[in-house]
Amino acid sequence: MTVAAPEPKVNMGNPVPRYDAVVKVTGRATYASDMPLANPAYAYLVTSAIAKGRVESFDLAGANRVRGVIDIVTHENGPKLKELKLYSNGGYAGTTIQPLRSADIAHDGQIIAVVIAESYEAAREAANRVKVSYTAVVPSATFDSPGTTTAAAKGQNSQFKEDPQVGNFAKAFEDAEVKLTASYDTPTQHHNPMELFSTSCAWIGDNLVIYEPSQYVYGLKNGVAEQLGIDADKVRVVNPYVGGGFGSRGSMTPRTAIIAAIARRLNRPIKLVPTRDQGFTIATYRAETRHEIKLGASRDGKLVALRHEGAEVSSRPDPYCVGGTKTTTRLYACPNVDSLVSIVRADRNTPGFMRSPPEVPYLFALESAMDELAVKLNMDPVELRRINDTTNEPIGGKPYTSRSLMACFDEAAKAFGWSQRSPEPKSMADGDWLIGYGCAATCYPTQMGPSAARVRLQRDGRTRVEIAGHEIGTGAYTIIAQTASERLGVPLEKVAVFVGDSELPPAPVAGGSNSTASTCSAVMMVCDQIRQRLFKAMMPNQSLTDRAKETVGIGQTPATRAAKSDRSLDLEKAFDALGAGVVEEYGEWKPEDAPPDSFQAMHSGHVRLVGGHSLKDKIAYAFGAEFVEVRVNRFTHEIRAPRLVGAFAAGRIMNPRTARSQLMGGLIWGMSSALLEATEIDQRTARYVNDNFADYLVPVNADVPGVEVILLSEQDDHINPAGAKGLGELANVGTNAAVCNAIYHATGQRIRKLPVRLENIEV
Amino acid sequence: MRSFLYQRATDPGMAVQALSAAAAANNPLTQAAAQPLAGGTTLIDLMKLDVMRPAAIVDINPLAQGWSGIETGGEKLRLGALAKMSDVAAHADIQRHYPVIANSLRLAASAQLRNMATLGGNVMQRTRCSYFRDISYQNCNKRIPGSGCAAMDGVNRMHAVLGTSDQCIATYPGDFAQALIALDATVEITGKSGTRSMPFAQLHKAPGNTPDIETTLQPGELISAFSIRGRWPRSVYLKARDRQSYEFALSSAAIALDVQDGVIRDARVALGGVATVPWRAREAEALLKGRKFDNGLAQRAADAAFADAKGRQHNSFKISLGKRLVARALQQASTMEV
Ligand SMILES: Cc1cc2nc3c(=O)[nH]c(=O)nc-3n(C[C@H](O)[C@H](O)[C@H](O)COP(=O)(O)OP(=O)(O)OC[C@H]3O[C@@H](n4cnc5c(N)ncnc54)[C@H](O)[C@@H]3O)c2cc1C
Ligand code: SF4
Repeated sequence: MTVAAPEPKVNMGNPVPRYDAVVKVTGRATYASDMPLANPAYAYLVTSAIAKGRVESFDLAGANRVRGVIDIVTHENGPKLKELKLYSNGGYAGTTIQPLRSADIAHDGQIIAVVIAESYEAAREAANRVKVSYTAVVPSATFDSPGTTTAAAKGQNSQFKEDPQVGNFAKAFEDAEVKLTASYDTPTQHHNPMELFSTSCAWIGDNLVIYEPSQYVYGLKNGVAEQLGIDADKVRVVNPYVGGGFGSRGSMTPRTAIIAAIARRLNRPIKLVPTRDQGFTIATYRAETRHEIKLGASRDGKLVALRHEGAEVSSRPDPYCVGGTKTTTRLYACPNVDSLVSIVRADRNTPGFMRSPPEVPYLFALESAMDELAVKLNMDPVELRRINDTTNEPIGGKPYTSRSLMACFDEAAKAFGWSQRSPEPKSMADGDWLIGYGCAATCYPTQMGPSAARVRLQRDGRTRVEIAGHEIGTGAYTIIAQTASERLGVPLEKVAVFVGDSELPPAPVAGGSNSTASTCSAVMMVCDQIRQRLFKAMMPNQSLTDRAKETVGIGQTPATRAAKSDRSLDLEKAFDALGAGVVEEYGEWKPEDAPPDSFQAMHSGHVRLVGGHSLKDKIAYAFGAEFVEVRVNRFTHEIRAPRLVGAFAAGRIMNPRTARSQLMGGLIWGMSSALLEATEIDQRTARYVNDNFADYLVPVNADVPGVEVILLSEQDDHINPAGAKGLGELANVGTNAAVCNAIYHATGQRIRKLPVRLENIEV
Repeated sequence: MRSFLYQRATDPGMAVQALSAAAAANNPLTQAAAQPLAGGTTLIDLMKLDVMRPAAIVDINPLAQGWSGIETGGEKLRLGALAKMSDVAAHADIQRHYPVIANSLRLAASAQLRNMATLGGNVMQRTRCSYFRDISYQNCNKRIPGSGCAAMDGVNRMHAVLGTSDQCIATYPGDFAQALIALDATVEITGKSGTRSMPFAQLHKAPGNTPDIETTLQPGELISAFSIRGRWPRSVYLKARDRQSYEFALSSAAIALDVQDGVIRDARVALGGVATVPWRAREAEALLKGRKFDNGLAQRAADAAFADAKGRQHNSFKISLGKRLVARALQQASTMEV
């Protein structure tokens, strides 16, 4: 065992190496733009240089003169696509602003033309030579810009159902012994996954194949079909590997259907590789948010009143919002709670899911406020959390299925050396550097969605698992293989896994950290169907008893006791009894509380996720605690975070290696979000300015010298058969507040606006 | 990127010839139709962004044999224009006798870029102003003379506070040039009529009314070497930035001191990340010379360095940051063991 492959504790799988490790490190994994196509044409996007107005005319003369140009498609001559519904209102699209429908421009960087040429270089050169005349209208960029409109989220966005409330907040706050009111801001951020927003596609007769990094192949397939007005069965989306997603590829972007339509018109396969800066405007992003938190507490630290008001920016047509009050109003015991979320409409592209969409901004506000309250109470911030820890959420009184928040705090505090902290701000230093320690809670809802799977077992133990899950770098191949291996008792190296293809049995979107729970639960169920068939063949008169399990050589729960040796002998007997060479089973699994139309929806690319607070008589979350050491240079005010320590509990850990990797990446991203990442908006033009990797800062290795991930044992039998809580989005939630809390400790300065930069420090 | 003619230089004369032939009618140099290609880490980027559109490229890398020397013997340092940033930064004599040079290079860009990039290309790198680098913005006097300046009232956190004009506030982004200007380097230029030398300080031009003219080099002229007289073991390069590595300076200071018997005989102060050109703070130097070092003096020198600084909406912080950085760099230089 190594740091990267931690020793499994109770209720953890083995830290087996990644299924796709070798293809990845040897560069043999193929991504969308690597897919070989016969005689492809190359597309290059032309995007608008204004955020609001109209295209008056195009001057294409210069562009058309570039050798190799095949076609330049604009709203004047382009294929007309059908309108789409927004994902969060039951559709497939991340935005309803669809390209080339008219001369109107609704945001910066909207696709206004597509150049098709014989080479990428020719397409790019011609695109640069397209001259556009616009009639520009002054746009509204963001909060406080003239012309924005604000309205409550409730009633606009069908996924935001309620502003949680309980008790009498106003009175309790008024009467509280200790009060805090504070406002917090979070910036615009972009996912910037390594793989660009590429699309390769080819028509074979009436059938369309799309190679595209997608976190939801069924959604994309159905969305493209709807937009093109063709039968969804004629569309296939393939992406065996996705070069990062972080939510940006969860819903359909405007590029895909138009590229497919052009390919059909030209009768040629097309490859599109948009640029990094185009990725800022042709996909989604994390919108900027504002918060006001009011906390009332008794002198001994018990919360008596909590109010969280949030405002989020969205586009003119689409009421996207994340509404994280569903989490922040339920995190701590508090009898009087109030909340309100509103949406501010500006002339922007529509925002969308980005790693822990609701929790990142909303917990930054709450966990910063908790730290401020601890200071007011003169109390250790860990103790304040302990005093307000709860087994039941305060809004509906439902019990948490399991909650290891304080255990995480205690483990992480110990590993971090929290007891070495001298509580006074500005009391710790090392040479030129002021030192600060800070901490915060982190949490993420446990979500599941209906999923199908097909498993095929051969007499020699070779196993093939098919499921339209997604390998976005998280380890999907690995844990699906592990699950099948453990469940069927076949050696891991005999399991082949196929994901990332809409011809495979449907799985949910790889979003909301539901994939592990959903896909592994489905795979387990289908493996059980196979076992049952084998067992019935061998012992037609018995039920599935322990003896039978032994006979077939298959261990059931706990999966840690999975067969270690190759039980091919038993398998052979079972196959002989069955009189078959191969057993293949297909099955559809859905979580408890899933709506009745779940399976139907699953096949048509609609996800019915359940979990978090939306379960009927319980609430399910994964928890963690994060500790950060920051150093602030006395002279330059540069801020560094040399140590990040997080302890996490998330039910069954399928593979400590891949889990650690997700959590480590989360901690690093969280630090990045606190100190580096922000998309700068030109207020006059509503355009993104730092839309490249030199100016949109993410950490480099030198910024993260110390990251420690601690996995806690936790068993939760109330969530899903896999017993797993999603953890992909768990670790980047608390870090924002932990960093700011540490900066307060280092400098005595409370910073409530992200990201914190050296100019915000005044020591 | 647009189609272009690619030529490989066979010798300096041929390179100069090829560059002048194509570029005769093209001034300023930054828009010239023929551009020399060294490491390509600036030029190719800007061509892909369609900001630079040379019709011809003359690859000068074949001249490396004569133009990449690092000569440190005696009291004179000579650096060939095609020496790689990484080779110079790692050179033991440079680290010992010219720490300000070694560190200005070591703290720049990334290891990969430093392996590609040359000293000549480095001093000629262009501003990172986002409005300059994105041709969809119509207002950029540097790119389109007379079109206005989008950065003036736009996102200007990275922009300059010294040497600005009402036409352009773009920062000169490099690090190494501050070391050169501080150490009174000479730049050797090879052109049609042979080789000439001039103070490095005369190479870059402040924007004034012609931000599109960035240097005094003429089309067809190439930088062949830099040279510095004397050694400067008591010298430092400090750089403040948002992340620990791989980022341009928010503010940097190149400091070199000659201290004898506790008295500052000579002082050199140059500023990066805050000015439109490599910036020598002579007022600060004047204050330091002939005095004994103390923190108060460092502070007064730092104040003097930024006396004329003008901030805009997002970059005013650079004035106080720059002062603190200069004062700290002076402290470090004065206490160095040499
Ligand atoms: C992401 C990124 C981060 C960076 N960070 C930093 C940083 O922190 N600090 C820093 O200082 N730099 C930084 N740089 C800039 C980098 O150092 C320069 O791009 C590099 O030094 C340029 O050298 P080159 O040899 O590649 O030049 P090229 O790109 O080949 O040339 C640059 C320009 O100089 C001209 N030219 C080249 N050689 C000569 C010559 N001998 N005579 C006359 N003209 C010539 C070219 O025609 C071109 O116009 C960064 C660059 C990138 C891409
Ligand atoms: S600062 Fe200079 S380079 Fe930047 S937009 Fe203004 S004129 Fe152009």
